[in-house]
Amino acid sequence: MTAPAVRLALGPVVSIAAALGFLLLCIASLSGDWRSFFSVEAMTKMSEFALAFAAPALDLTFLGKLAVASLETLAISFLGTLLAAVGGLALALPAAGRWGRAARGISRLFLNVLRSIPELVWAALTVIAAGLGPFAGTLALALHTTGVLGRLFAESLENVPPEPQASLRHHGVKPLIVFWYATFPQALPQLMSYSLYRWEINIRAAAVLGVVGAGGLGQMLHFHLSLFQFPETASVLIGMIVLVTIVDAISNRVRDRLTL
Amino acid sequence: MTAVPREWRDPAWRGRLTAAIVFAVILGPAFYLTEFNPAVLWSEAGASAVRQFLSTFLPPATSPEFLWMVIEAAWKTVAIATVGMAIAILIAAPAALIATRVLSVSRLAQGRMALWPSALRTGMRWLLIFLRSIPEIVWAMVFVRAVGLGDTAGVMAIGITYGGMLGKVYIEILESADQQATTALLRNGAGRLSSFWYAAFPACLPELLSYTIYRWECAIRASVVMGFVGAGGLGQQMELSMKMLAGGEVLTMLSMFVLLIFMADLVSAALRKVFA
Repeated sequence: MTAPAVRLALGPVVSIAAALGFLLLCIASLSGDWRSFFSVEAMTKMSEFALAFAAPALDLTFLGKLAVASLETLAISFLGTLLAAVGGLALALPAAGRWGRAARGISRLFLNVLRSIPELVWAALTVIAAGLGPFAGTLALALHTTGVLGRLFAESLENVPPEPQASLRHHGVKPLIVFWYATFPQALPQLMSYSLYRWEINIRAAAVLGVVGAGGLGQMLHFHLSLFQFPETASVLIGMIVLVTIVDAISNRVRDRLTL
Repeated sequence: MTAVPREWRDPAWRGRLTAAIVFAVILGPAFYLTEFNPAVLWSEAGASAVRQFLSTFLPPATSPEFLWMVIEAAWKTVAIATVGMAIAILIAAPAALIATRVLSVSRLAQGRMALWPSALRTGMRWLLIFLRSIPEIVWAMVFVRAVGLGDTAGVMAIGITYGGMLGKVYIEILESADQQATTALLRNGAGRLSSFWYAAFPACLPELLSYTIYRWECAIRASVVMGFVGAGGLGQQMELSMKMLAGGEVLTMLSMFVLLIFMADLVSAALRKVFA
């Protein structure tokens, strides 16, 4: 009589045990330097960091610099996303299978490589090519986002209802014109909303890219944090949060209007 | 009035013109602020630096000791992500239990929550917002400076940021599910915890698990990136090799990284299929 009950309970027990075992294995392979994490010194530093949010740096020259860096971050995210939208569309055309299967496979592979390398790693590479500064950050964002948007764009181009294209083509309209007057306008709202959504993600990424020297708020953050200037650090972080909130609000509003 | 034939007139010209002007007005400053200058890439200095660095990419570094080190670093990355997720769950689960409206008793009696329970729940939500609104890489930088280089900083950074994210989503999952069973138990005098364990939790378990696994996959990606600021794992080794311009090592590690993400993707998709 008790056998079914035992069999029912076995599944969760095994999976919980497996998860716990994996977790223990992971804990064992880390250096486990917990004592220094909870040491008095580390704790005072961290509480200083937390308390700095109550009294962020507010002198005018600093706020001026912060405003410029915020604009720079905004510009990096905007231009990076825009370049990626253009590049993504260019790569989405072959990736949507317009020029045969070989072109489709090659461009998809290329998009995958662009996408699987994170922005920050791209930034470490573009800093070598373009030198320290916001241009390197813009390029890094554009490269990664091209990979992401390219794939999404290709999918929406493939999923456009085929009737308008077919009808134009039956009347002998050239492929390029068919694309601009049938495929593209149909896909445009979705392309725009994907781009705006990526912009929201990219403003967050742009804010931290500066850590490897790619300009904007991240560079300021790295600078002040390295000098243990917590009030300035807190101001920069608050600036980041405000910027992200503003961009989210704009993007949400535009996306709402697009879907109407 | 105008000489333009009627069928040529664009009915949407006003919107198009406004959009074009707004775009141009934004683009100018954007190009200026980002110091946009593609010529740098083809200039003598830029191009030769890239060419030199890229020429070291081939052949990739394949000495056995190096490969072993890369595998070890990759495993460390997975370990950082996993332990970080465990801490995140320890933060998120109690926070979600406190903050969710599903387990409110005063809501049942009066139709809306009493002042103190409502304030406690709102405060908890704000704490979660604070935890997740600072990017994990910033937490990592703070911890690296407070504790020193190493994986503990990465673990705590993931634990805190992902704790905030998981908490928010757990609350949403609990509140969007059917609450009838939980409410029935609460109305009949069951405690909050037992109503949770016997009604809300089993109903939401597949969704909770699947989101947690998805986040684990994201944590692996994040832990590579955090290595760049010194928080251990594959990223830290990649940073070192990049600083030394050792392209072969960078190429090997980038390939390892792509492979790792790919495997995490597969495992996470398979697990989610099992639990869904």
